[in-house]
Amino acid sequence: MPQIELAGKTYEVDEDGFLQELDKWNEEFAEAYAHVEDIEGKLTEEHWMVINYLRNYFQQFGIAPMIRKICKDLKIDMKKLYELFPTGPAKGACKLAGLSKPTGCV
Amino acid sequence: MANSKTPLLDELEKGKWPSFVKDLKQAAEKNPMAEDLIGQLELSYKEKIGHWKHGGIVGVKGYGAGVIGRYSDRPDLFPNVQAFHTMRVNHPTGWFYKTDALRKLCDVWDKHGSGLTNMHGATGDVILLGMKTDQLQPCFDDLSEAGFDLGGSGSALRTPSACVGPGRCEWACIDSLDVCYNLTMTYQGQMHRPMFPYKFKIKVSACPNDCVASIARSDFSIIGTWKGSIRIDQKEVTAYAASDLNIQQEVCDLCPTKCMDWDGKVLKINDADCNRCMHCINLMPKALRPGQEQGATILVGGKAPIVKGALLSWVIVPFMKLEPPYTELKDLIERIQDWWDEHGKSRERLGELINRLGMRVFLRAVGLPAVPQMVKAPRTNPYVFFWPEEIQKEVK
Repeated sequence: MPQIELAGKTYEVDEDGFLQELDKWNEEFAEAYAHVEDIEGKLTEEHWMVINYLRNYFQQFGIAPMIRKICKDLKIDMKKLYELFPTGPAKGACKLAGLSKPTGCV
Repeated sequence: MANSKTPLLDELEKGKWPSFVKDLKQAAEKNPMAEDLIGQLELSYKEKIGHWKHGGIVGVKGYGAGVIGRYSDRPDLFPNVQAFHTMRVNHPTGWFYKTDALRKLCDVWDKHGSGLTNMHGATGDVILLGMKTDQLQPCFDDLSEAGFDLGGSGSALRTPSACVGPGRCEWACIDSLDVCYNLTMTYQGQMHRPMFPYKFKIKVSACPNDCVASIARSDFSIIGTWKGSIRIDQKEVTAYAASDLNIQQEVCDLCPTKCMDWDGKVLKINDADCNRCMHCINLMPKALRPGQEQGATILVGGKAPIVKGALLSWVIVPFMKLEPPYTELKDLIERIQDWWDEHGKSRERLGELINRLGMRVFLRAVGLPAVPQMVKAPRTNPYVFFWPEEIQKEVK
């Protein structure tokens, strides 16, 4: 299992860089990991709005929300979502939010 | 072959047909990824179990689709396929390439990946098989430079595809190439940035022969058709009669609706009964041509059997004129996608959602009137999807 070191702590991640032990997630993890997902500078309030939303939803339902639901509930569009997370909501946003990897489909 | 490391795969090289094993071995001479792929496949054949892990989320900047992550579960044995991602490249509409475009594509692929391709995938894209994670972005950049873009994957609009249409075929009733290209350019967002409940496929066939099998393979099928009579050139009919073709047996008797009459001199067609199977036109292309007023039939709901069983698309618009900029068509697509997106469960295709909520709910939501042509199969099995209040109106 690959490991990464962020802000002085070591985390186990899978080959796509998704956190393995979900309870290890903390805000420093997200902040220090952001550059890997092509986010420049520090995470903004808008980034946190998405991350917190994803975490809440995940805690409630055990899965990542559908993208339309994210856009509707947070009143942002896809363009904005990709501006915030250039690698996309499934890859970038879920990874920083410490969600288990969304089930990909071909 | 006694010492072969791949005795099971070797079996697939026997016989006179082409063999992907032969191709893989050829590629393995140049590329260690292909070599390990052969090794892993042989192991899968031996153990009767797949050795790819399920899923993987990788991508390129700005895109949520176009790359499918793949990892081996035996990287200890096959380190070169530890990461073996797939990239989907949007094919040129109708699959018309110049050889230099193909060469360029292959050069990029030899530089960044395994060199293995699948021309083409079921959706239509060029499938580039086998790439390491650190090569994704540079490969995408080089492809862009060469004029290529990625196609759709995951819960996105998949790369629309079309038959060769008027590019090569005299039966084309619509410009399938232009429709497909136009839709592809219009819906770049939906293709690259997945946001639907599941995949959505659009395929365009220029005539009812449906050479891209849009009826079986797409959620939204556009099939060229005509109104009015099949055009008959009786002189050519006479010429066919004088040739090897037995018009009575091979044409009229095989007409599924028996709407053709041949008295040995004149061929008559009762066009009201024609269901556009294309059989007669296919057999007598010089004598028979589709009618003059041309457009498309729009069907929805086709899919292959995942989650629920396979469905064939069924008619929702019997005839639509198709001319650029295709506003009516796009309005309809967007209304349908909106409704599906709003009500669909995760992994529910359009056809399944219509089956779950009902055809009349669907028709009301997208603002289409119920018409007799909306049947599950031609001439049988009509839906009953009028609303009670509408039936009342009719009775008066």
